[in-house]
This record gives sequence, C-alpha cells and structure tokens, in this order.
Amino acid sequence: MSVHLLSLLIWLPILGGLAVLAAGDQRPGVARILALLVTVAALVSSIPLYTGFDGGTAAMQFVERMPWIEAFSIFYHLGVDGFSMPLILLTNFFGVIVVIAGWSSITKRVHQYMASFLILQGLMVGVFAALDGMLFYIFFEAMLIPMFLVIGVWGGERRVYATIKFFIYTFLGSVFMLVGLIWLYLQSGSFSILDWHALPLSLTAQTWLFLAFFTAFAVKVPMWPVHTWLPDAHVEAPTGGSVILAAIMLKIGGYGFLRFSLPITPDGSAYLDWLMIGCSLIAVVYIGFVALAQQDMKKLIAYSSIAHMGFATLGFFVIFAIMRSAADSDTAIEVAQGAALGISGGMIQMISHGFISGALFLCVGVLYDRMHSRDIDAYGGVANKMPWFAAFVVLFFMANSGLPGTSGFVGEFMVILSAFHANFWYAALAGLTLILGAAYSLYLVKRVLFGDVANQEVAQLEDINVREALILSVLAIAVLLFGVWPAPLIELMQPTVDQLLNHVMQTKVP
Amino acid sequence: MTANDLFIALPELFILGMACLIMLIDLYLPDNRRGMVSFISVMTLVFAGIMVMRWQVTDAATVQYAFNETFVRDSMADVLKLFCFVVLGAIFIYAKHYLRMFKLFQGEYYVLSLFLLLGAMVLISAASLLTVYLGLELISLSSYALVALDRDNRRGSEAAMKYFILGSLASGLLLYGLSMIYGVTGTLSLSGISEMAALASNNITLIFGLVFVVIGVAFKLGAVPFHMWVPDVYHGAPAAVTMLIGSVPKLAAFAMAIRLLDNGLSPLQDQWMGMLTVLAALSIIIGNLVAIAQTNLKRMLAYSTISHMGFMLLGILSGTAQGYSAAMFYSIAYAIMSTGAFAVLIMLSRAGVEAENLDDYKGLNQRSPLLAAVMLMLMFSMAGIPVFVGFFAKWLVIQAILDVGLLWLAVLAVVFSVIGSFYYLRVVKLMYFDEPETEVKVTAPADFRFVLTINGLAQLLLGIFANALIALCVASF
Repeated sequence: MSVHLLSLLIWLPILGGLAVLAAGDQRPGVARILALLVTVAALVSSIPLYTGFDGGTAAMQFVERMPWIEAFSIFYHLGVDGFSMPLILLTNFFGVIVVIAGWSSITKRVHQYMASFLILQGLMVGVFAALDGMLFYIFFEAMLIPMFLVIGVWGGERRVYATIKFFIYTFLGSVFMLVGLIWLYLQSGSFSILDWHALPLSLTAQTWLFLAFFTAFAVKVPMWPVHTWLPDAHVEAPTGGSVILAAIMLKIGGYGFLRFSLPITPDGSAYLDWLMIGCSLIAVVYIGFVALAQQDMKKLIAYSSIAHMGFATLGFFVIFAIMRSAADSDTAIEVAQGAALGISGGMIQMISHGFISGALFLCVGVLYDRMHSRDIDAYGGVANKMPWFAAFVVLFFMANSGLPGTSGFVGEFMVILSAFHANFWYAALAGLTLILGAAYSLYLVKRVLFGDVANQEVAQLEDINVREALILSVLAIAVLLFGVWPAPLIELMQPTVDQLLNHVMQTKVP
Repeated sequence: MTANDLFIALPELFILGMACLIMLIDLYLPDNRRGMVSFISVMTLVFAGIMVMRWQVTDAATVQYAFNETFVRDSMADVLKLFCFVVLGAIFIYAKHYLRMFKLFQGEYYVLSLFLLLGAMVLISAASLLTVYLGLELISLSSYALVALDRDNRRGSEAAMKYFILGSLASGLLLYGLSMIYGVTGTLSLSGISEMAALASNNITLIFGLVFVVIGVAFKLGAVPFHMWVPDVYHGAPAAVTMLIGSVPKLAAFAMAIRLLDNGLSPLQDQWMGMLTVLAALSIIIGNLVAIAQTNLKRMLAYSTISHMGFMLLGILSGTAQGYSAAMFYSIAYAIMSTGAFAVLIMLSRAGVEAENLDDYKGLNQRSPLLAAVMLMLMFSMAGIPVFVGFFAKWLVIQAILDVGLLWLAVLAVVFSVIGSFYYLRVVKLMYFDEPETEVKVTAPADFRFVLTINGLAQLLLGIFANALIALCVASF
C-alpha cells in the first residue's frame, strides 16, 4: 500500500474527477457529494505520508520508479523530500476546502466544476512528487487545462481575457524550460532530476539553463515584472479558483526554484542572484505600494500575494549573498545557519501564505456570494452585521501583515533575519513589508468592516453559516498553530535544507 | 517477376483488386443498399491490415525487396501502412454520415479513396524513382477527382481546378528534378542513387535536381512557400474529402521525403538540410500567424496543417535516425488529430450546411458535452499541451533538432507553438465559455459517435501510453 502511496494521491483525484464527470449535469447533488468524498479520501490517504515520513534524512522517500518511455529513458519516478511532502499535504488540504467553498455558490455545471478541481488536484500532487524531468513538465503543463476552464467558465465578466492571458503567459514561460530540460537530457542521457543534480555543467550552460528555469518559475510565482497575469486571473476566477491559484499554484513556482534552479544550476544561481534578489525586493516594496492603491478586494489580495511570494524567493536566493559577504568575517557555522534560515524561512513563508491567502480569498468569496461586488467602496460597517465573519477577517489580515503569533510572522521574520546576514539594506527593504503589509491590510479592514453601515445592501447581510464558519475556523487554527509552534515543520525539512545548502555551496563547474 | 514479388506486395494487390471489385458492385447496388459499399471498404482495410501484420517486417534484417528492387517492404513502410488503414477506416465511417447528409453518397468516394490509399502505399514502399512517381501520381489524380466530388458546388470545382493546376506544376517540377538526378547517377534505384551521389556530392546538376525534388516534397506537404493551394482546397472540398487529404497523403508525403532525401540523396544532406530549415521555419511562422486571423474552421485547420508540416520537417531536417522517427511520430499523430477535428466538424454539420464558421461552435459544451470534450482534447493536442499525443510529437522533433545543435530553430518552434496555441484556445473558448446560439440537438449515427469518441480518447491514450508508438517509430530507423 505505502509503496504506491504517491500514485494513489495522484490518480485518486483524477479518476474521481472522471467519475464526477460521469454523474452528469442533471444531478448536481451527486457531483458535490462524490467530489467531497474523493477529496476527503485523498486527504485521509495523505496522512500516512506525514506519519510515515522520516524527518531525519534528506533522501527521497515513498519512491516509485517504473520505466515509462524506454527509448528516451523516461521513468515514472515519484518521491518526496522535506520540500515536497508539506506541499502535497497543503494541496490535499485545500482540495477539501475548495469543494466545500463551492458547495452552494456554484450552481452552473456543478459536475464539470468539481471534476476540474479534482483533476487539478491530482496534477498538482504530481508536480510535487515527480522526480523525472519530463514527468514534471507534463504535470506542470497539464495543470493549465483545468485552471483555464475554471477561470473561463465560472469566472467574472472579463474571464475570457483573464484566462487566455493566464494560459499564454504561463505556457510561454514553460516552453523555455522544456528546451532546457531537453538540453539537459542530451547532455546527461537521463531525464532524472536527481541525476541532473549531480551533472557538472559549465558556467555559461548553467546561466542559460538558469534563465530557462527562471522564465518558467518566475511567471508561476509570479515575480515582478512578469506578475501582470495574476491580478487579472485572481479577479476573474471563481472563489475556488482564486484559492487554488494563490494557495498551491504559486507555490509550484517557488518549489521549482528549489528543485531545479538551485541544485541543477548552483553556479548560475550564484552568478545571477542579484537578479533574483532585485526582483524579489521590488516585489516586496513596489508591489506593496501597488496593493495599497487597489479598489478591488481580490486585486489587493493578489498584489499582496506577489509581495509575500517575493519573500520566499528572497529567502531562497539570499543564501549566495550570505556566503559572499560572510567569507571574511563570520565563522562557517554562522554562515550555514543564516543560509538555512533563508531557505526554511522561504518554505515556511510559502506554506503560511498558502493558508492565509486561501483564507483571504474565501473571505472575499463569502462577501461576494452575498453582495456580488468586490469593490471596497461598496462595503462599510460589515462588522455590525457579520460579527463572526469580521473576527475571522481581522485575524487573517493580521496574519497577512505578519503579526507575531500568526504563521505570517514566522516566515517573514526568518527571511529578514537571514537577509541581515547578507546585507543590512536587503533586510531593511524587506522589513518595509511589515509596515506596508499592515498598511494595506488594515486600510482594507477599516474600509470594509468598520464604521457605520454604508448602505441598504450591507444592512441586509447575514453572518456566515456553519459551513463557512467551519472552513474559516480550520484555516484560522492552522494559521495560529503554525504561528506559535512552527518547530515540527522546520525540523521536518531541516535535513533537506542542509543537504541542499551543502550541494549548492560546491561548484558544479568542471 | 516471381511469386515472391507478388507476395511481398500482397496488401497492395489486395487493395487494388478490392477497389476494382467495389467499383463493379457499386454499379449493381440500388440506392437504398449503398451502405454495403462503405461496409465492404472498411472490411477491405481490416483484411489488408491483417495481411500487413501477419507478415510484418519489424527490423532491418528482414527487409524485403520486390520487382527488381523497385519496391521495398521495411519496418517504416509497414507501420505507416497500418496507420493509413486505421485512419482511412475511421474516415470511411465518418464519411458515410457526411455523404448521406449532403446527398453525395456514391461508390466513387470509396473507390477513389482506395485508389488514393493504393498510391500512398506504393509511395511508402517506393525503392526507385519510378515507383515514387507512380505512387505520387496515383494519390494526386484520385485527390483531384475527390475534391470535385460535389460537382455542382462552385467552390469545390474551383478548388479542384486550382489543386489540379498547381499539383501538375509541382509534379512537373519533381519529374524534372528526378530526370536530372537520373542523368547524373544513371540509375533509378534509390540505393543506387545514394551510392553514386556519394561520389558526386558536389555535382551542380545533382544539387539542381535536389532543389526540384525538395520543391515537389514541399508542395505535397504544403510547406511555405508552396502552401498556396492548402487553404483553398481545404476550404473548397467537401469536409469528408478534406479530412482524407489531410491524413493519408500526409503520411505518404512523409515517406516520400524519407525515401527521396534519406534513402536516395543522403550524401547531399548538407544541402537539403539548409533548404528544409528555411521551409520549416517559414511554415511554422506563417502557418501559425495566419491561422489566428481565420474565422472559418476549415481555413484555420488548413493553416494549422501548414504549421504542423513545418514541425514535422524539423524532424526530417535533423537528418538523424532519431529525427526521422520523431517526424514519423509527428505525421502519425497529426493524421489522427486532423481526422478527429474534421469529424467534429462533420458531426456539427446539418443537411447541406457545413459547420465551418467558428461561431457554430459556440456553447457546444451545453449542446453535447461529449463532443465538446472530444474537440477539447483534439485542440489541446494540436496545441501541443501535455499529456495529449500532440505534445509528445512536438517534444520529439524539438529534441531531434536540439540534438544537432539547432538551438535557435528549437526556440523559434516553441515560441510559435505558444502563439499558435491561441487559435486552438479560441475554439475551446467558444465551446465552453460562450452560450449556444441554437438549441438544435447534435446527432449522428452510433458508429460515427463511437469512432469519434475513440478518436478523441486516442489523443489521451497515445499520450499516456506514448511508449508503444515511440518504440515503433524508433525501431523503424
């Protein structure tokens, strides 16, 4: 059983999705219940992934390896380490959330909606579990199809523009990676990512490869300046689509940097780390200001996502600056600690942002279901009518601005601490986010929740129902839990982080 | 000629005999029993397929030559023929519904199609210049007549005329080139030409001949700048004929390129590589860009064919065994995709009106979810999105050209495949995001729907289980 656990987690949702599709348009109730059962089953099946995971080793676990395309030595090769395991759990967790969130708000073609999300879930788990470059690419690209349909069919007014922009943008980014993957195969005779980690490459080759990976993952994260698809996609997507996009899909970009860019092209990464750090800092500061100016709630959260993901990429790539700046002054142990803080901080930030942004989009969805407006000006004094809801919203926005005690604080603090090891100014600029994040978060909370009841529609709002309260409470617990007690997560990925750092510190130039 | 020669060419002879027989049977069938012709034609393909598979050549050691080495049966030939049968079998089932709807249901369609198939098989198995030309002309003449099948239709007649004139010109050019090659090498046998050309690879007359051969191949494939006939013929011909012209002859044209350029003129590889590079790059660029501007699905598919042929040429121009097998995979995948897309078009057509305007596809998902899902798979497959077979085709050809160091061409190809994805996405958008303009039920006979569903699922299954087809293609070279 446990031997094929990862396959189960990939194919259960996909086949479940096909089963939901077979339920047909006439029986939306059946489609909903079937989808819920499948996602719960997937979540329950992923518990052994956590309990059976050996936190003391950086080696790949739950490995499955079967020949797939023999002529080009492509394997159906799956496995997880400290980076991918938490992300798979996060994916399966949000699978259930999304089905519940769309329970009553989706009334049109329910079976296709549920099936799209189930198939998407399986493909995303596949992305995190794939250890073969071609397998990874196939999951990575196939993911676009269900998301394209979700935004296009169940989205808002400008959904067609948004979804085609989303598709073309991400497709264009990833084809360069495809060329890079094929080039790596021609160099190494293997599509195995682990083989590529050990492959010596010249600095020129590494630089080009790094740029190929960069186009794919930077678009996915998304990093400034290739972020423009995200606000459009988020605004037009249905609530479930926004949640998955923010909570999981963006993480795939960050994960790609950890799985591909850093270990395969360490020298290229070191050579171009200024690019990554620069883009990340611009994302943190400039996009923070952009978020402040938004009138649309979803757009504000989308921009805040870009800024927060900037932290993750900053954490991943600041390690090179730490090694350089510390070469003469600090001791080796301190350097290693600083760098490890950056990478684990980035990972924690990604997972915490998954919970927080998912929760924020759900909150906007709750309001949108009632008033069909995302415009901040349409609201005011909502707290008077929806006190329970207001409590959740305040909590999540506080977490979003990095309040200590919430998970949002942990990742940001670790990355800023790590940036201090590299350069005071990196840390200072990144630290601005604590002000900016608080500014745009609280400004939104003030305008939407507090004050007098703004208009007749707000006056008629009803507080959240049990279903909504349930998912928001689960997310609230997660945000607080990781806020006060992140140690299990950090310890879990520690060996993987250490191994990555050891690997990255050694040059691969022959 | 010995009995063994006849045995080697048994599938061809069988098709020839059956085509003549069907022509006769058709004369004596009353109109209400005409369905018989379709049935016999499909059975002919089944038996021909069994004959090929029973004595299938699977490796280089068992290659068989016949008729004084003018006819060859190797692994590539057998695989391509089998896929010709599969595709044509599906086309026959699709066409029956179409021809009935448009009151064109005559035996001629089947007889001419079988002669076209015979031409394709001869061309696929050609081992001498004469057989190449014989097969090519048999394909061309059958297709000229097929395009004009709906003789009262002005657009169809115009397309047939255009096709005939341009096609004859191309045949003439090819023949001219072949005569120069014969003049230099003094032999018609492709292997003989290869030996002689190796001794005279700088001979200017030989290279001159090569230019005309490449033009002939490019015309048959519809590669830019010899693509002018493709949109008009695709648009003007009845959909059942367009479907045919877009599939079996493309497989044959791939074989023709391999026979002439690799089997015959491989010593001139440096020369034809450059020529094909230009053709491939132009086809990919122009095909994809012009397709965006089309509002007629048949014309859009015509330009998409041009770009697909450009991609297929990428595999051939790499000049390696890996590249040839990639191009072979591409042409097979393309034949299956294009057949399916035209079948969807036929299924949406109503008596006398082809569903060729893109707006006809609005809201298809609400009218027929299954048909929309099939078209969705076909469109994403053509766009080259995993896990559909079209992705594997694109991956293999890009890998082949990267292997010979043509990085710029690979980058150009992937960038234009992204640009090209736009017009496929537009079809998906119309089907899924828009509301239908009509509530008319989409109907088709059960066998039609069954084959179409298989055709759609094949995109997915040939992708997930790509190993088998890739292995077949790799083993052919």
